[in-house]
Amino acid sequence: MAIENAKYIKGDISGENMAINCVWDGQHLSVPIAVGNRHYDEIKKQVDEGKLTIADAD
Amino acid sequence: MSKAAELANLIGNINAGGGGVNRNLVINGAMNVAQRSTSVTGLGANGTNYSTVDRFYTYANGTAGRFTMTQDSSAPDGFANSLKLDCTTADTSIAAAEQLVLAQVIEGQNLQRIKKGTANALPVAVSFYVKGNASATYMCALVDNDNNRMSTKQFSVTTDWTRITINVPADTTGALDDDNAGSFNLNFYLHAGSNLTGGTYTESTWGASTDANRAVGISSFFDSTDRTFFITGVQLEVGQNPTEFEHKTFGQDLIECQRYYTQETAASGSPYKRYGFGGWNTSTAGEIFIPLSTPMRDSPPTLVSKAAANYQAYSANATDALTAIAINAESNNGTNNRIVGLTFSTSGGGVAGEAVQVTATNDTASYLALDAEL
Repeated sequence: MAIENAKYIKGDISGENMAINCVWDGQHLSVPIAVGNRHYDEIKKQVDEGKLTIADAD
Repeated sequence: MSKAAELANLIGNINAGGGGVNRNLVINGAMNVAQRSTSVTGLGANGTNYSTVDRFYTYANGTAGRFTMTQDSSAPDGFANSLKLDCTTADTSIAAAEQLVLAQVIEGQNLQRIKKGTANALPVAVSFYVKGNASATYMCALVDNDNNRMSTKQFSVTTDWTRITINVPADTTGALDDDNAGSFNLNFYLHAGSNLTGGTYTESTWGASTDANRAVGISSFFDSTDRTFFITGVQLEVGQNPTEFEHKTFGQDLIECQRYYTQETAASGSPYKRYGFGGWNTSTAGEIFIPLSTPMRDSPPTLVSKAAANYQAYSANATDALTAIAINAESNNGTNNRIVGLTFSTSGGGVAGEAVQVTATNDTASYLALDAEL
């Protein structure tokens, strides 16, 4: 699957990264940073393989 | 199946610890629920794809073959729908790693009744209806993801609806995890290269889940653009004998599916559909909450949407286009949550503390979905 425009999203309360927004095969996804979430697991796999970079949060 | 045979099977399964209401471990086996779409074209690229009928996905790898997946009205007596795959681009040069699988994953906590991996393990029965454009042979595999084991059985497709019944023996090796992760895969191998066909076919026997043994002797769904594959009435139950398919109401099927995926969709009469309500935190940011009728399998789920600009914040009779929308993963950790939070941003227009809704923007094709699929 094609994952593009990946970017971290920070939580308002914690101020820490809580999700990753991206375009996944043309659909807009907001993926929680949670091992076991199938989207997060694929993003992490592609990052580990050097195929995907995630932009910092605003 | 005669009534006498059906009764004998049911009694046999009850004696084996199965039978009765809620015996089908497969969700949406009659293919009645299709929240995402009823037809998607151009499928076949690498990866897992939930595209039409809920809970059933396709996994493709390495193939140039492409297909359309549809919730189709062709179905055997007593059914209204089937899942149809229609080959639109053939692939007759099959590389070793190629594959196309139709599958459903089943949570381990729903499979404890099988008592797999214990001395009292029970047999299970798989049944389903299939047809195609011509004769073909495919493979049904019940795969134990927790213990890397599987049991396979070839089945034949003809141009008429045929009910396939498969008896899977009890497996005293490898207990299934009692959790919300996927313990069983019910796989239908429709196309495969030598990495999956080069081994040995062993019929309905539990053993190591060796890749080379997964799809031995199957036809290729991608051998011609004439090729079609229809399936419905998929059932997995405890017992030695498949019983008649357990029909459920649409509402029951929908609730079971919404544990994994739930989608709100605008329609011709609702171009400003309301998706959730909440409040502004600042002049440019706020949060809304979406109450869930069915707690999802895992929380927080993934938010699936159109681009943020296709939604708007609506408060005090004014609207502001969204510039970002995201799942609030701070407030939803855990399981069985009945509310999901979304954060949003705009270029301005908000008043901290004021109530707000997020709506569609005069868009009858608008949707917002939450995905907790396996």
